Amino acid sequence: MIETENLGKVFDTFTAVQNLTLNVPAGQLLALLGPNGAGKTTTVRMIGAILKPTTGHARVNGYDVVTQADGVRRSIGLLTEQPGLYTRMSGLEYLEFYGRLYGIPDKETRARGKAMFERFYMAGAEDKRLGIYSKGMRQKVGLIRSMLHNPAVLLLDEPTSAMDPHSAKLVRDAILELRNDRRTVILCTHNLAEAELLADKIAIIKQGELVAQGTFAELKQQLLGQPQLEVRVDKPLNGQAKELDRLVTVESVHNDTIRYRTDNPDVTNPQLVRCLHGLGLGVISLQPVSQSLEQVYLRVIEEIEVNE
Amino acid sequence: MTTLTPILPVKQNSIRMALVIARREIRDSFRDWRIILPIFLLTLAFPALMNFTARRAIAFADQYGAEIIATQLIPFLLLVVGFFPMSFSLIIALETFVGEKERNSLEPLLASPLTNTELYAGKMLAALAPPLTASYLGMLVYMFSLWTNLAWRPEPELIIQVMLLTTVQGVIMVAAAVVVSSQATSVRAANLLASFIIVPMALLIQFEAGALFWGNHAGLWWLIVGLGLTAVVLIRMGLYVFNREELLGRDIDQIRLGWMFQVYWRRLSGQGWSGPKPLRVRRFPRPLVWYKETFAIFPSLLQPIGMLLLAFGGAVLFGIWLAYQYTLPPEMQAELTGANMAANLEQYAFLLTALPLVIILQNVRVIALQALLGVFTFGVLAVLIFMLPWGVMAFLATQFYLAGQNPFQFLLAAFLPHAILEFPALLITTAAILRWQVVIIHPSPDHTLSENFLMRMADFTRIFLGVGLPLLITAAFVEAHVTTRVLQMIYG
Repeated sequence: MIETENLGKVFDTFTAVQNLTLNVPAGQLLALLGPNGAGKTTTVRMIGAILKPTTGHARVNGYDVVTQADGVRRSIGLLTEQPGLYTRMSGLEYLEFYGRLYGIPDKETRARGKAMFERFYMAGAEDKRLGIYSKGMRQKVGLIRSMLHNPAVLLLDEPTSAMDPHSAKLVRDAILELRNDRRTVILCTHNLAEAELLADKIAIIKQGELVAQGTFAELKQQLLGQPQLEVRVDKPLNGQAKELDRLVTVESVHNDTIRYRTDNPDVTNPQLVRCLHGLGLGVISLQPVSQSLEQVYLRVIEEIEVNE
Repeated sequence: MTTLTPILPVKQNSIRMALVIARREIRDSFRDWRIILPIFLLTLAFPALMNFTARRAIAFADQYGAEIIATQLIPFLLLVVGFFPMSFSLIIALETFVGEKERNSLEPLLASPLTNTELYAGKMLAALAPPLTASYLGMLVYMFSLWTNLAWRPEPELIIQVMLLTTVQGVIMVAAAVVVSSQATSVRAANLLASFIIVPMALLIQFEAGALFWGNHAGLWWLIVGLGLTAVVLIRMGLYVFNREELLGRDIDQIRLGWMFQVYWRRLSGQGWSGPKPLRVRRFPRPLVWYKETFAIFPSLLQPIGMLLLAFGGAVLFGIWLAYQYTLPPEMQAELTGANMAANLEQYAFLLTALPLVIILQNVRVIALQALLGVFTFGVLAVLIFMLPWGVMAFLATQFYLAGQNPFQFLLAAFLPHAILEFPALLITTAAILRWQVVIIHPSPDHTLSENFLMRMADFTRIFLGVGLPLLITAAFVEAHVTTRVLQMIYG
């Protein structure tokens, strides 16, 4: 549904994006992560046929972003980081305006608009001027606008950035529904928990270059290695952890807890438990240490900074 | 949420799409009291004030028996009444793209299925419609109150002219302001650039006032035609330079002399523009390669050369017409002989050594003037300057003919030897200037407007240095040493 190959964008002498190759099949959600100024917005603008790539090419819903820009624009719904509404219009007037641009009859736009306002707990506000809406409400109106024409592809730039937790949850649920409805979504976000929750695939870009791409599990495996395991024993450890070195790679020891990694947990974990018993220590718990997307992200960024 | 199958929105009719944009903008304007209140005042209060002024002026002039002065003032005030509300179109238009950019509402619009033309036309219409309506209303109010108070009935021609002038001025201001707005990086920058529109418009109003005061209706029709053409050029230019890419991609409005020089020098020296990364720039290009590249520009000069040949024909015809209109009196005709020319030449024979340098400097100065003035007039003044010598030449030849002399002999003796070189030199160089200066109206889509401008300027420099200047130097020597001898041979 979205394919880019060696996509690049240069503004005069500044390279904003380079050699970006992505593939997001229909019904998948790709989270595009990266520090500020990494090139996420430029990427979205190129995919949305607003900016022409300097190098490479991209296809969205089968349309080339340069030669068939019109087809691309009719296939996408774009939510920008700043929703940029017309503040003298009411919510419904605003949606009607965009509805007309997409050829949707006013009556249908109003019906869809009202349903979505209700869905996002904004019923009653649709006839009020957008100028008096709160930040979060404006962001929701922007999201409604991007979904108004039921696009096959949604490009969402920081959709929950200005929202309270409840509104953010509503928006996340809506995004999940869109994904389940076979819409293809690119989500740019700094909210890593949100990305972890929603994304089928994650792409991390830095200084315009793709530095990591894959599912969360793949990235964890690739960047953090085997999952870390934690065993808790019933007595404080007094140097006895050294005995475990021949079985596993001990990474940290803290009072009654040992964190370690192993390439073959099926074999080494029972051995480790037996060993601990042998040392007179009872095992209270043995579990994998949870790894977050934040760890993955920070590892990627740190690695690049070290290499630089 | 209702599950809906994604539907590709159907392509809408372009006019309808432009009207959707215009309607929204107009509605937005009418909700802003800062726009609507002054327009309302200028539609009703200002015509009343002008009406009062007209009556007082007539009463005052009547005391001294100068009714004609007062009555000529009335049409001028009609023009002013129409122009004041129109000035709001400038404010609305200047804000139209760059204002949306600042409010972050432009990007969703650019991501919609609107074409550039639809968006541009919608914005233009929105900036033009409310002030133009206010203008017409204001003029109607003014004329109606003058009709009721002074029983003044304007001639239909005057009403049509003033309404057309107001409309065309509005279109020009809006078209120019939309161009500024689509190229500026902030509303502040757009407002600063507006002086380039306001100052010429102020001068134009003064000129129109003069024409109206003297009742020069024929002149006003020509002015309307000229302004109409300018409006068309500006609209066309706006459509060409309007570019989604530039609207969002440009954030910095500082002058980058280094970058400008780099683009210019690469093109001039033959490094080309092959990407963003600076290439290693050779200090001096290889002459043969450089000339090969310079001659490769020639096919793109064919169109401007064609236009210039037409202009040349026009200049010759105009020169002949002028000669018939202003035929020299018989005593001057009697002096217009080849023998006199040859005798005059003999008196200045001592100057011949310095003549080539004088001619070269004169031609270079003319080309510099064409390049400079053409920039501000999309090449119009460059073409007019090119036409001037040929018009003069035709004028003189015709005067020879009218004086009973052979005009072809005169042309052969006084012009042909050096014109064989000078004409192609000026033709090619002016064509390069024209190609450079119209790039603002019709830039290549592969480059930004500034890149287009700098690259075409470099192309002109190449043509001038590589072809034009050598030809002009040779022509100057021919003129000083060959033409003078041919003249002596024929007339001496």
